[in-house]
Amino acid sequence: MATETKIEVVMPQMGVSVSEGTVTKWLKAEGEPIARDEALLEISTDKVDTEVPSPGEGVVAKIMVQEGETVEVGVVLAVIAPEGAQVSAPGPEELPPEPATQEAADESMAAASEGVGDVADGAGDSSKRATPAPAQSASPARSAGGGNGRTFVSPVVARIAAEHGVDVGQVEGTGNGGRVTKKDILAFVESGAPAPAPPAPPAAAPPDLAPAAPAPAAAAPAALDRAAPKPAAAPAPAGDPGAGESFEPLTAMRRGIGEHMRRSLDTSAHVTSAIEVDMSKVVAIRGKLKKEFEAAYGVNPTYLAFIARATVETLREYPWINGEIRGDKIVTRNYVNLGFAVELADGKGLIVPVVKNTEGLNLLGLARSVAAIAQRARDKQLTPDDVQGGTFTITNPGGYGTFHGTPVISQPQAGILGTYAVVKRPWVVQDELGQDVIAVRPLMNLTLTYDHRLVDGALAGRFLRDLRKRLESWGESDY
Amino acid sequence: MAEKTYLQAISDGLRQELRRDERVFVIGEDVGVYGGAFKVTLGFQEEFGPWRIIDSPLAETAILGACSGAAMMGMRPVAEMQFADFISCGWDHLVTVAAKQRFRAGTPVPIVVRLPSGGGFSGGPFHSQNPESSFAHIPGLKCVCPATPEDAKGLLVAAIEDPNPVLFFEHKHLYRRIKGEVPDERYVTPIGKARTHREGEDVTVITWGAMVYTADEAARQLEADDVSVEVIDLRTVMPWDTAAVLASVRKCSKVLVLHEDTRTGGFGGEIAATIAEEAFEDLDAPVKRVCAPDCPAPFAPILEKAYIPQVDDVAKGLRELVAY
Repeated sequence: MATETKIEVVMPQMGVSVSEGTVTKWLKAEGEPIARDEALLEISTDKVDTEVPSPGEGVVAKIMVQEGETVEVGVVLAVIAPEGAQVSAPGPEELPPEPATQEAADESMAAASEGVGDVADGAGDSSKRATPAPAQSASPARSAGGGNGRTFVSPVVARIAAEHGVDVGQVEGTGNGGRVTKKDILAFVESGAPAPAPPAPPAAAPPDLAPAAPAPAAAAPAALDRAAPKPAAAPAPAGDPGAGESFEPLTAMRRGIGEHMRRSLDTSAHVTSAIEVDMSKVVAIRGKLKKEFEAAYGVNPTYLAFIARATVETLREYPWINGEIRGDKIVTRNYVNLGFAVELADGKGLIVPVVKNTEGLNLLGLARSVAAIAQRARDKQLTPDDVQGGTFTITNPGGYGTFHGTPVISQPQAGILGTYAVVKRPWVVQDELGQDVIAVRPLMNLTLTYDHRLVDGALAGRFLRDLRKRLESWGESDY
Repeated sequence: MAEKTYLQAISDGLRQELRRDERVFVIGEDVGVYGGAFKVTLGFQEEFGPWRIIDSPLAETAILGACSGAAMMGMRPVAEMQFADFISCGWDHLVTVAAKQRFRAGTPVPIVVRLPSGGGFSGGPFHSQNPESSFAHIPGLKCVCPATPEDAKGLLVAAIEDPNPVLFFEHKHLYRRIKGEVPDERYVTPIGKARTHREGEDVTVITWGAMVYTADEAARQLEADDVSVEVIDLRTVMPWDTAAVLASVRKCSKVLVLHEDTRTGGFGGEIAATIAEEAFEDLDAPVKRVCAPDCPAPFAPILEKAYIPQVDDVAKGLRELVAY
């Protein structure tokens, strides 16, 4: 069904605390025809990277925001016009998103969620939660001082919101007339609700992004005008590049990662313990299972899947390592939501998708879930729900041969497991006669970085010992 | 260390300095033979003689003029105004001469003026005032307002040591009502340093003098509602401890400034303005003032109670801030 009038495509609201997004790549150029729900562009926010589908059928009449530019939620990105229609960009006075524009945003968000098949229930919820946000979030700052207790934002609340990238409209207020007090926003920040970005060094290398296509020349002057509304929390201007320097934009994701890393180091007492694991049994079993799993299920049983499985099993005996400090309480859980650090294209970002309820998954289930969610991350198909709710994280920088690291904890979790390269090393073992002999064994280092506020060194040591024992004594029929 | 009243602590501190330093002398109305209107200098004339404990004519101008001259000649006079209210007679000597002499001619003027101040006993408009803000406004003068016996002694010693004119506001309502441990030996409590009277996290009260106790009782009332109130006793109004006040503001983000003096031009306005300038981004509510209304102090006990900030007034103000 072709669109009958022009439709504006706006920056969608991706998750409750997201206020802006960056256009990373236009998949259609001006003048190109596009079908309804066909991917129009890729965007990056501090929560997720995703594609924005076209809300209708027609031609891409106008691209308003160029690649690399960051704009607030609700800003018009492009105009889709009916085929053959006379196209002109809306005048500047039309710039603030009208209700119709918001509908388009809702539609495109809903469409984006629909595309994410196997997490449909979570994604549907999150899109519903996310869509009313722009209207709410826009009002507090603007109506400040208006005399209405509900919308007034006090100076300290405004400052904390800016520091933590929190949308005040999303915080439950307990002050006069529902005003958000300092305590309210601190509790909100403490609860980890905004959790903008993941920690830890990168994981598997995804395919490279194609170099950004040059902007269509005709669109450029108009597009610069459109980009005028700058994000409120933008960092201080850098001035001009010095001799030999060049600038590239600090993306929303980069800023989100930076803010989260800094906050995590300021929050948790990071300590790292390491252990060496003889992976002989895992290597042997993986060799057997690989063909079987690939033939029967199309799934590769990776080392990561083995380690994740053993980790989930071990975490059940160490609830604090799967726990959290929340206010004056220690939170423990009867489930493990496992986050996996995934590198995005070209090493310029990472994301931590979460596999929920891993305690109910066996080796096959876990291998399949990890592969699926990593694929969605690389395809920029993750929904906000996919990156929330983690209780423990695994990061795997070992693909490049590194043997040790000290990753940063993903707040508000209590620990992160690092996995490193499997390397063949001379290893002292005992032969059948109980004699020490040197054998060649596949060794892997594991690190547990933990929040010493909650987890003591002895506890971390026992956790690593038990994890090693599980991996070294892996039986063919286990898990 | 012994438990002493606020009045005894002042008396002891003054006696110690008289014994220690021959330049120190006391001058005021009825301070000698009679031992002072409130008996702070009782027995002093017997010990130090009439040339060091001088009964003056009923003339504050003469007392403060004599002090200025003696101080410039190297003495350390400690004047007593029978009531702080009467200091206005000596305004010119303090404000025009003593406060500016050092700036103008380089001569230090180490005067201490003891000022029995404050109300709460139906003293009426001539015997109840708290004129600290008038003098805090004058560059060159220092204003000290101790709340505890220990601070009263230590700050009096600091005031006598100080090379500048220091106005020492002693609250009459605390004289015999407040007792506390006071070290026997000589010690100095630094001028310009606040004291945390009570630690809290939700809302800060900044106050001094007798109002410290009013704030403390109000804080106790709110404790029952699970509200934690911090009480900062400024101890010195000029120079005042901006750093301590701002630190507490940054912690609690809600502030009540409490003083017994009247509202307009009261020192609380200066504190509120400084908080707005220096800690605006830490505020979670407007700075609230609780003070006496812009009116002379009434005689009638019922009216006086309505006039001087009471525990319930402070508690009400705190509750409003907490609910904001």
